[in-house]
Amino acid sequence: MSGRLATILSVLCLAAAAAIGISLMLGSVPVSPVDVGTVLTGGGDPLHQALVLELRLPRTLAAFATGGLLAVAGALMQVLLRNPLADPYVLGISGGAAVGALLSMLAGLATAVVSGAAFAGALLSTLLVFGLAHGTGSWTPVRLLLTGVVVAAGWGALISFILAVAPGAELPGMLYWLMGDLSHARHPGPAWIVLAIVVLLAWPLGRSLNVLARGALQAAALGVSVRPLEWIVYLLAAVLTATAVTLAGTVGFVGLIVPHMLRLVLGNDQRIILPAAALAGGILLTLADTLSRTVIAPQQLPVGVITALLGVPVFLYLLHRSR
Amino acid sequence: MSEPLLQLEDLVIHIPGRPDGSALRFEVRSGQCWGILGPNGAGKTTLLHTLAGLRAPRSGGVRLNGRKLGGIPRRDVARQTALVFQDHHDGFPATVLETALIGRHPYLRPWDVESADDMAMARAALQQVDLAGLESRLVGTLSGGERQRLAIATALTQDPRLFLLDEPVSHLDLHHQVAVLEIVRKRVSKGCAAVMSLHDVNIAARHCDHVLLLYQDGGARWGPVNEMLQLQVLERLYAQPLVQGEAGGAPVFVPKG
Repeated sequence: MSGRLATILSVLCLAAAAAIGISLMLGSVPVSPVDVGTVLTGGGDPLHQALVLELRLPRTLAAFATGGLLAVAGALMQVLLRNPLADPYVLGISGGAAVGALLSMLAGLATAVVSGAAFAGALLSTLLVFGLAHGTGSWTPVRLLLTGVVVAAGWGALISFILAVAPGAELPGMLYWLMGDLSHARHPGPAWIVLAIVVLLAWPLGRSLNVLARGALQAAALGVSVRPLEWIVYLLAAVLTATAVTLAGTVGFVGLIVPHMLRLVLGNDQRIILPAAALAGGILLTLADTLSRTVIAPQQLPVGVITALLGVPVFLYLLHRSR
Repeated sequence: MSEPLLQLEDLVIHIPGRPDGSALRFEVRSGQCWGILGPNGAGKTTLLHTLAGLRAPRSGGVRLNGRKLGGIPRRDVARQTALVFQDHHDGFPATVLETALIGRHPYLRPWDVESADDMAMARAALQQVDLAGLESRLVGTLSGGERQRLAIATALTQDPRLFLLDEPVSHLDLHHQVAVLEIVRKRVSKGCAAVMSLHDVNIAARHCDHVLLLYQDGGARWGPVNEMLQLQVLERLYAQPLVQGEAGGAPVFVPKG
């Protein structure tokens, strides 16, 4: 187990370094690998320094962190709800964040405030679903799922309302935010810290999650305290998702597809899937973001468009050839 | 006299919408194999889940090794008690070996990974239930009987003192019925105990030493197998006329039809 984990993580780390390198090289002015290396070690000419360190590096790191956060959140949600269709947004966290972000855009507030409002909205939605699903009766994944889906539908209606009444000039920014957009992501530091902490916290839960994936009763019979574990997983997934949407808006697809791709290739041990998802999600979104800003340059695409265009065929292929 | 593993203290199980049944008051000692017989819906599964601590009783209590079940951490319960469920849900794809290995879960700390010993226990358990060749097969591809034997193997890997088995021989062919019951019998003779719900009276007659009868109306009777398995008693239990015969030294009951 540990040997296999080490091998998988080493391979993914190399791929991650390669993805980040490619992202730093490509753009309106290509920078050679050697020049990227020189700049990263503190040298190089001022143009390259400005391009790589000030423009591309923050955005690349933000893309990587967002992808990692969403993929781990998706993997946790799928186990929590025992439902392969679950993604980080299924319980309405992204809807709450979107309403917060769009309202502050409507009020014409600064980018930092938009991010803060998105985080507040995500938190509000998490607590709302938590409180409502808790209710008075028994607590089941189906009840949590239904509560989340209905709350998400409520947020969806509010989003449509805001879009309908928003002035035309605001609409492109709002739509980009809804589709997921990294062009304003400048401070990836906190997201990396959240990702690292959550993966470290979740790893020891991995074996319990493997048991939980087989059903609450079976898990309880094998000594798992099911209720506390489920709430911990829910809160971890909520924190990951809130952090991701605050940084980059609602980037779709990564959280659904990356855990499944990994399960198809690596099996279903959460102790491998969770750290692998952090890396693979990061790699996918870094590459997708690189494409989104180069493919029809100088125009930029929302990264969510690319993740879906890339992810759909790859996933369908893996699904088709799996046992 | 051997020590009591499980003590039922005026236990009344909770079945929503049903009035209180008889209070159960007996002990399951190491070396004993109990069969639970009764018609559909009499509460056999609910009782087993209550004995495993997965459901709260309506009243009364259960002691495991002398300690009140509700006060024992789940992990400690899982080291002493294995429960084989009647239905098996496999959320995400997993292999046969991985599924048997989860029996080691209660023994491992959060940051531990399964050791070579744990693997050896899982492999030995799979060997015992005739699944040795299928270790890397996905559970979803197994037949109903193979899936049932895998659940038994997981319980064996869990290495408990007390086996709670909900219809352990359902889906099994005749050879594997006998084989699984022999495995349980062997563990029981080494100081474990087993409580199993059964729909086949004749298996209880042959493999159990004590029997608990649960009636549709919530009533209950229990005692040594030869005292309990009487023609009139069973006819009342199942509300079905029966014919009694004998085979291999044990009574055989067949529905009169």
